[in-house]
Amino acid sequence: MVSLNNLNRKLLGQSLKSRSARAGFLFVFPAVSMMLLFLVTPVILAFSLGFTNAKFASPTEPSFIGIENFTEMLSLGQVSVEADPNDENVAYDNLRTYTKPSNASPYAGMQILSESYSADGTQANFTVAGDALFWKSLFNTLVFAAVIAPLQGGLALALALLINSKIRGKVFFRTVYFIPVVTSMVVVSILWIFFYQKDGLANVILDALIPGFEPVSFLTSPDLALPAIIFMSAWQAVGFHMIIWLAGLQTIPAELYEAARVDGANSWQQFRAVTWPGLRTTFVFVLIIISIQAMGVFTQINVMTQGGPLDSTTTFVFHIFREGFRKNDIGYSSALAIVFFVIVVTISAIQRRLTRDKD
Amino acid sequence: MKKKFSLGLTIQYGFAIFFMLLFSLPLLFMISSSFKDPQAIFADVKSWRAFFPVGDVNFDQYLGVFDRLPLWQFLFNSIFISAVVVLLGLFVNSLAGYAIARLKFKGQNIILVGLIATLVIPFETIAMPLLVLVNSLPRVGFENGSFELTTGWLNTYLVQIAPFIAWGFSIFLFVQYFKTIPKELDEAALIDGASFFSIYWRIIVPLAGPAFATSAILSFLAIWNAYLWPVMVVQTEALRTVQVGLDYFWASTSEEGTQWGEIMAYSTLITVPIIIVFVIFQRSFVASVASSGVKG
Repeated sequence: MVSLNNLNRKLLGQSLKSRSARAGFLFVFPAVSMMLLFLVTPVILAFSLGFTNAKFASPTEPSFIGIENFTEMLSLGQVSVEADPNDENVAYDNLRTYTKPSNASPYAGMQILSESYSADGTQANFTVAGDALFWKSLFNTLVFAAVIAPLQGGLALALALLINSKIRGKVFFRTVYFIPVVTSMVVVSILWIFFYQKDGLANVILDALIPGFEPVSFLTSPDLALPAIIFMSAWQAVGFHMIIWLAGLQTIPAELYEAARVDGANSWQQFRAVTWPGLRTTFVFVLIIISIQAMGVFTQINVMTQGGPLDSTTTFVFHIFREGFRKNDIGYSSALAIVFFVIVVTISAIQRRLTRDKD
Repeated sequence: MKKKFSLGLTIQYGFAIFFMLLFSLPLLFMISSSFKDPQAIFADVKSWRAFFPVGDVNFDQYLGVFDRLPLWQFLFNSIFISAVVVLLGLFVNSLAGYAIARLKFKGQNIILVGLIATLVIPFETIAMPLLVLVNSLPRVGFENGSFELTTGWLNTYLVQIAPFIAWGFSIFLFVQYFKTIPKELDEAALIDGASFFSIYWRIIVPLAGPAFATSAILSFLAIWNAYLWPVMVVQTEALRTVQVGLDYFWASTSEEGTQWGEIMAYSTLITVPIIIVFVIFQRSFVASVASSGVKG
């Protein structure tokens, strides 16, 4: 009787196993097949198109060109030419004898990345690059990320501590701080274009705060456009990271604070000894997602400045977009995307390593 | 008993109110300006009046923008696309999450590892190759009263919907949540002869409200606010979402003098409903964002 029961169970178990296997396969099939098509295939495509000269919707078949896209992207050179302090065109004309695309020179087709002149103005030193915008956009994006990560992360933490303190109306304040997050970046960008105009709100406020302030048009100034966009971006997204900090704060046991208070710790000491160590994993997470989001900055740029003035707000993803979408150069754009992917993964790996517990 | 005056607390309230103004005034400005003529917007900018609907308040800007643009069409497009992505996404991703969390089948672990790996791929990396891909996919088109097979998904609803249904993050969220539901419930149902699908549908889904809310909110916000992809794949005006429509409207009028009043009306119209929904469900919104952090 007992063995029969066991046999029954075994049979039942086996059919259950195969039913489970079939159902499992069936249930993951829609999601997995869609992800293979829309995510994995494009990744493979990116890595293959990056080594071709593919053009979007072009009748000619793309051909394999090896690492040519990457050598063009990364190539740099130094050129020194004679210059005339009284005529700035002389230096450019001399440079052009090297960089004319039809030339046999190793600098043929390269663009000016930066220039400097000797003290007496008779010699010009040019740094030229195969794709000057690659370096400029990389630089702008790294500046954007390096500024916004501490700014937005720190402000978000300050807001979280404020909400987590003894003040009344926490839910109200938290809700208000979060509202920009649910407002779309397109709306926010256009709204702030208005604020950043010469007769806009930002100038009115600065004028009231600083005596003798000269109104400026933020988004048409090569020096101010990127900082202005950074400030606006932090304003829009800070509420999101405030919530993540808050979730982290709430995992810290109240007993730890009590113990610290018993030991006579003041607020700052409590923060140093209890709060900050307790926020370690949250810190890593906030740092990494702000950095990754910052590296991908695009919408504000495309809406507000189109990368200008003088390429001062051209970011990496904007460059990828312009090469691929506007100029139809899918091959080169994919090569840029591969580099972008490598940079993003590297940055988050470095951050993870630097912030890892030392034990 | 007299309440003690606390300097610390006063400073905290000071900061709290400062930030409240910093985050709300720009949006109050947007809403107030949508009821004013452009001249009034610029006239009010130098005073507190900028942030309140005062003076000659009217609906002209709203009437004007509906007159100028197919805004109802844009709204329909955005709502339709977001709704389909969210609903199909919830079903497809939770079903996959159920299989991974509760069933035993070959390749299960590889799929889970693969899913987590997909989370590190920024969309910006694949946008361009995805454009090449969808441009070469076959499509059944309905033209001149008959169906025909064409190539290329550009300028369709499909291209704005299909790539975003399956979402690794959402599946992962469901896997995590489903693991917290007691296994005994499934086993009891199995003994009663229930199919795996009916266990998913009748037992698991009703118990996983918070996971569904989180997934729905995060994917809704992402799709409603999407910009890069819709800009790339849709040129036809009739298929634009509200975000892309606003960008085109702004770009097309910035030459001949921007219609700031109408732009504020448009912006208010697509922002305030979302803010109202957020305020009503703010607990769920906050929980969603918080869980995106805990799981990361």
